[in-house]
Amino acid sequence: MYSASDLKKGLRIKMDNEPYIVTEFNFVKPGKGQALYRSKLRNMITGAQFERTFRSVDTFEPADLQQKKMQYLYEEEGKYCFMDNESYEQVFLTKSQVGGAKNFLIDNLEVEILFFEDKPLEVSVPNFVELVVVKAEPWAKGDSVSGKTKPVILQTGYQIQVPPFIEEGEKIRVDTRSGEYLTRVKD
Amino acid sequence: MLDSHDMLKKPDALWTRARMLRAMRDFFIGMDYLEVETPNLIPAPIPEKYIDTIPCGNMFLHTSPELYMKRLLAAGYPRIFQICKCYREGERGSCHLPEFTMLEWYCRGADYRLLMEECEKLIISVAHSLGNEEVIHYQGKKIKLQGPWENISVREAFTRYAPVSMEDAVKKNSFDEVMVGYIESHLGWEQPTFIYDYPVSGSALAKAKKDEPAIEERFELYIGGQEIANACSELIETDEHHARFKKVEEYRHSIGKPVYPVPRFLLQDNKVIPESAGIALGVDRLAMIFCNSPIIDNVVTFTPELL
Repeated sequence: MYSASDLKKGLRIKMDNEPYIVTEFNFVKPGKGQALYRSKLRNMITGAQFERTFRSVDTFEPADLQQKKMQYLYEEEGKYCFMDNESYEQVFLTKSQVGGAKNFLIDNLEVEILFFEDKPLEVSVPNFVELVVVKAEPWAKGDSVSGKTKPVILQTGYQIQVPPFIEEGEKIRVDTRSGEYLTRVKD
Repeated sequence: MLDSHDMLKKPDALWTRARMLRAMRDFFIGMDYLEVETPNLIPAPIPEKYIDTIPCGNMFLHTSPELYMKRLLAAGYPRIFQICKCYREGERGSCHLPEFTMLEWYCRGADYRLLMEECEKLIISVAHSLGNEEVIHYQGKKIKLQGPWENISVREAFTRYAPVSMEDAVKKNSFDEVMVGYIESHLGWEQPTFIYDYPVSGSALAKAKKDEPAIEERFELYIGGQEIANACSELIETDEHHARFKKVEEYRHSIGKPVYPVPRFLLQDNKVIPESAGIALGVDRLAMIFCNSPIIDNVVTFTPELL
């Protein structure tokens, strides 16, 4: 059980049976008045954001959230299918739940899915993934000015800036947190 | 991301603060106030519904120097001021620190109206010493210094800015929420604003108005949406102190807050506090205004997180 004074940015709490994440938080105290805890909360299922002011007597249950290791299988009509590696159970996430992770989802990629009770909420991909370049302009030899990059398209459809020597069909390593090119991978 | 060493590099703010402190002392000495120092470690704090103290051994760190400054008043010092650290359990926010700097002054024979004038003079004099002749630039706004400053009753502030009246907010037990959610952010942007005459529930030691016993003679000063100072005509009757302390004790007990020993001095008939008024001004808050900072962290050397 949390009390209002435990609230902080990033804390996940349960209210009316739904999970919320605290996105902003401040302690205020008007004049001789009581301590108030002004918070912005985001509903982790609907994404709805709103402001709430709590008193020090207010209490909250922690949100019962669990990370599960799962494997990405396929996408069909905006639904992304993942499978539990142990139970073989399958779950579907919507496009908005998958968010930016869709740029890095390749078949059989091992990911972590955050569940609230039995509802999947969001997916986190590994920090580094290796992806194949499916479309690139050929390298004009001699065009080796340092710092220069060119856009290529990866197997997931993600467009990324890479050094000019990267060719179609090559594999590169990408940092999923920044979305940026790291290095060429030689099999 | 700044590391903790870089976060100590704020020489402009620290110089402003130092100059402010000197200007405050100059002001009070020029007005015949005696600078005093009273103990920070005290056996019993002033009972307050919503202020928690930090225990220290079998004593407490004071939450304000009020109690011992009143004893000095009672002992015959008519005009006294103090700049000191105060300590309050659990108070940390963008404008709160659990250890902060307070300026308090007390004046025998004064009421809260007189302290409004002194407070205005003090801040204008500090502003001038920092080179702010006509305005203070704060968060993109120009706050005019020229007096007299705006002063409106709390009731009027509710009428102007809130969806409920002051009386209804008190009845519905939402006075603080309305203050924070609808009113405070509007106050003190054109010029500093005093709001005065609070419902009595707020303060343990403010005097009630003679003709309106549900209202206490208390004001707060706001600059740039920020509460800067709190003042009141002081309660002097021993019986009334007894009654208020009992109420605070019962209330704190009912909401599960620690109940502290009661300061005996205020309950002794032979140690009468003279008719007087007192005011507490948050030095760090005023430094935020003069340093144009929206958060308190930028105007103190160390925040608790950097220790």
